[in-house]
Amino acid sequence: MLCLGIEGTAHTFGVGIVDSRGKVLANALKTYVPAKGGIHPREAAQFHAANARVVLDEALKVASVSIEDIDFLAFSAGPGLGPCLRTAATAARALASWLDVPIISVNHCIAHVEIGRLTERAKDPVTLYVSGGNTQVIAFDAGRYRVFGETLDIPVGNCLDVFGREVGLPYPGGPTVERLAREGKRYIPLPYVVKGMDLSFSGLMTDAVRKHRAGADLHDLCYSLQETAFAALVEVTERAVAHTEKKEVMLTGGVAANQRLREMLKLMANEHKAKFFVPPREYCQDCGAMIAWTGILAYKHGVGQKLRETGVKQRWRTDQVDIPWRTG
Amino acid sequence: MLMKKGAEANLYLEPFARVLHRAGEGKVVVKHRIAKRYRILEIDKQLRESRTTLESKLFADAKRAGVPTPLVYEVDRAGMRIVMEFIDGRQVKLVLDKLRPKARRKLCELIGRQVARLHRAGIVHGDLTTSNMILTREGKVYFVDFGLGEYNPSLEARGVDLHLLRRALQSIHFRVTDEAYRAILSGYKREFGGGANEVIERVEEIERRGRYVPKEERTWR
Repeated sequence: MLCLGIEGTAHTFGVGIVDSRGKVLANALKTYVPAKGGIHPREAAQFHAANARVVLDEALKVASVSIEDIDFLAFSAGPGLGPCLRTAATAARALASWLDVPIISVNHCIAHVEIGRLTERAKDPVTLYVSGGNTQVIAFDAGRYRVFGETLDIPVGNCLDVFGREVGLPYPGGPTVERLAREGKRYIPLPYVVKGMDLSFSGLMTDAVRKHRAGADLHDLCYSLQETAFAALVEVTERAVAHTEKKEVMLTGGVAANQRLREMLKLMANEHKAKFFVPPREYCQDCGAMIAWTGILAYKHGVGQKLRETGVKQRWRTDQVDIPWRTG
Repeated sequence: MLMKKGAEANLYLEPFARVLHRAGEGKVVVKHRIAKRYRILEIDKQLRESRTTLESKLFADAKRAGVPTPLVYEVDRAGMRIVMEFIDGRQVKLVLDKLRPKARRKLCELIGRQVARLHRAGIVHGDLTTSNMILTREGKVYFVDFGLGEYNPSLEARGVDLHLLRRALQSIHFRVTDEAYRAILSGYKREFGGGANEVIERVEEIERRGRYVPKEERTWR
């Protein structure tokens, strides 16, 4: 049984092909890079539309299967940017109706957790999912993935990217901030915001930009920005670990590429005698394979939509989705 | 004896006589904020010191405002320790789902009233979850953790406080979230008096602002 998954919530258009045993046959993608500034939703959507065919063909070629071999479709129905979601959904609906196969709406955040569980063989992790579009601490309990912490405003990846842009670093800012931070020595105090289980990064970003304008050393600022933001992320994740008493911690999303964040989270996991996992880079970032695999899990447990029920949900919450493929 | 290894601190249950004075009786709780190796020294020290000092002040002021809190016996800022009264009872987290609907409503209304007392006294709790509340045999609800609290009389801070309580209900008490939250708000409104609706409106605004709020999100007034 083969599932073709289409991802298109933000800047990445991806097509993955996965079989029912979890073997990834193809994971093709193209990523929109804005000429200047951040992601423009309409331009990203146009990029997806223009590249959908190319990415689809590449996935089929890599997997060495024909489009008729696909048994059903899965696509990322949310959360994400409206125009991008609608473009990916249109591609998925068109393919499903042309092939006359079932179609499944997949929650993007849950797909990140599921592909990580697959590649890392993790059973029941507390997951810190951090990217340019999302920041959540997710753990499974009683039939659903519950959110044990989330940002109240901007995602941490967005905080790093926008800071980078404001101080003149090239897009995306995150990796450059990480490189510069390695040469930072002096800690410049920045607002550390943990509100109960939740986080906030907008004030941190604003203050870091302000301190740069006031003449603070850029290396020191990058260092301080990372240390402050990541300490808050790890603290909230630790609270979820302490509360749920789970013995696995997983880090995923685009910001999972950051070595310092990995190191900090690993130290925390060790203190709680929990295993620590980071999926390979291609499965941390947005991709079609994670959608296809989550589609397989859902399909095997009887989840499926009629075409008219495949509307996109820009603000689809992680904890609104029933997870029949997991027990407990 | 290690009673609980929390995310932020270790809690030890010790004889009063051993920790404070040999003439004393009963037990005390020692809350020790331990160093976290994952964060740099500057952040670690600053967070632990400020939370230790602030928390002990908040305990006292909350009590003054009519909210049961443990008595603080000793604050050791250098050692990042607070020695406080041991509250014998059950965590609200463990009982809330099991109560009969009427008893649950009463308990939630009491919690709502106590949150309102804090807010009126210019305090926000910062971490309103049911694991931080102890229900005693006499039916009192003690708020035992002010580690993330602050003095902040703003509408925004109060709104966030209530929003966090609802979030905690959603993640831990998902079977009874709506009825529990409704009862909490009813107690809150009664105790807070004029202006309560403004706070509740702000909660709704905060939730609409959030990244993951579906459009059909209901209102609570």
